[in-house]
Amino acid sequence: MRDLSRRRLLTGSGALLGAGLVSGCDAPALSHLATPYDWSNGLTFAVQRWLLRHQPLVREFDHSRISTVFPTINTTDPDDPAYKRSKGVEFADWKLPVTGLVERPGAFSLTELKAMPSRTQVTLHSCEQGWSAIGEWTGVPLAHLLAHVGLKPQARFIVIRSVDGWWDSYDLFDALHPQTILAYGMNGGDLPVKHGAPLRLRVERQLGYKSLKYIAAIEAAERVDGYGKGRGSMVAELGFPWYAGI
Amino acid sequence: MTGRVPRQTVFRHRAFVRLTHWVNTAAFGALLVSGVAILLALPRLFWGETGANDAPAALVLPLPVNLEQTGWGRNLHFLAAWILVLNGGLYLLVSLVGGHLRRNLLPDRDQLAPGHLAREIADHARLRPPEGREALRYNALQKLAYLAVILGLFPLMVLTGLTMSPGVTAAFPELFTLFGGRQSARTLHFVFASLLVLFLLVHVGQVFVGGAVNLTRSMITGRLAVPSESPASRETPDA
Repeated sequence: MRDLSRRRLLTGSGALLGAGLVSGCDAPALSHLATPYDWSNGLTFAVQRWLLRHQPLVREFDHSRISTVFPTINTTDPDDPAYKRSKGVEFADWKLPVTGLVERPGAFSLTELKAMPSRTQVTLHSCEQGWSAIGEWTGVPLAHLLAHVGLKPQARFIVIRSVDGWWDSYDLFDALHPQTILAYGMNGGDLPVKHGAPLRLRVERQLGYKSLKYIAAIEAAERVDGYGKGRGSMVAELGFPWYAGI
Repeated sequence: MTGRVPRQTVFRHRAFVRLTHWVNTAAFGALLVSGVAILLALPRLFWGETGANDAPAALVLPLPVNLEQTGWGRNLHFLAAWILVLNGGLYLLVSLVGGHLRRNLLPDRDQLAPGHLAREIADHARLRPPEGREALRYNALQKLAYLAVILGLFPLMVLTGLTMSPGVTAAFPELFTLFGGRQSARTLHFVFASLLVLFLLVHVGQVFVGGAVNLTRSMITGRLAVPSESPASRETPDA
């Protein structure tokens, strides 16, 4: 799995790593420098991308460190009728469409995702509200799923939509990181509904609001300025930076 | 100050000290306000890696919970933090290379004599400001306080702040070891901030003791009117 991720990192996002920060200017963190906050948040993004240029992994903990208290915020049980129906049959009819700039678009059931290579990681979740908790997450690396559908060379961003209308985007630097996984399991069991069942994202080097719950669709894109108000994520429209590394 | 006999004025503060002082003042003010805004989302402090509303807290602060101030609070906090870090870094560089730190902030040999220190402590206790030539240099207690803030508290504020960043700690996990975990770093961030506020209160208080107009003007224009050594001109009530 590690080799696959690394190969994708070297090929899929070769331009990003090779040309360094210059090609990162397409990222929403640097493409929209209107206010002083855009500049300071952009500076944070650029410096952190440089600090993380060798793609280190975040710390992983022993199982004994898993928190007994793991808060949930925002949506904890989506109202969407189709979601409720799916939940009633333990997500047996649930499918994840993967579309956009991919060679083989498809829709994957939970069973199919669980049959793919999995990664389990015990990590620290940090919320912008100030709390933090340690949880164990099991899922398929996003890099594997993207390799499976064949990311086209011009794909630069992965747009992820949630069943509650939330959406966000990730450049390949984060999307292809080995610890960026689509988690269907938490703390040894199935992912609970309040934590985003049947599938949630884990983006371990950013704050919790980038780890979307209730994933409904994945799309590969060359640019993200055509989505929503062009800020790269829904939270960016609410005043929270697209890049949440601090 | 009008109506006084004109006093001798001297050039007291260099331009880079004055400029970085006021930039730092603005950045610190913005960090303080935005820091409280961020804190209101979870006015509880914890020790170790984890902490949340329903988890046992080391300290529950008597502040109202407000989840609506996080967005602007964080944006302003990190804008001001960048200004503070760049401004502080420039100040440290110029101070080290230019000799400001060694010449003006390290206590002079005579200031460290036990007798001198004892007199300074007694003067501080009686709120008696330095006069004459002694007003042309910082006193020893003042120097030690400035050094503790410049080389201790501000760097610790930045480091404990960065320990709360999942991006920075992915590159430097040693920060967690240094401060004992993310929530410990958050608690220490609050403790150091409180110490900085305490310093600010004493600092501003001392400006009033030493002559608010004269000292503030000297930090703006650079020129200080030397306080007379005559006991008659002393402004303290007990003089």
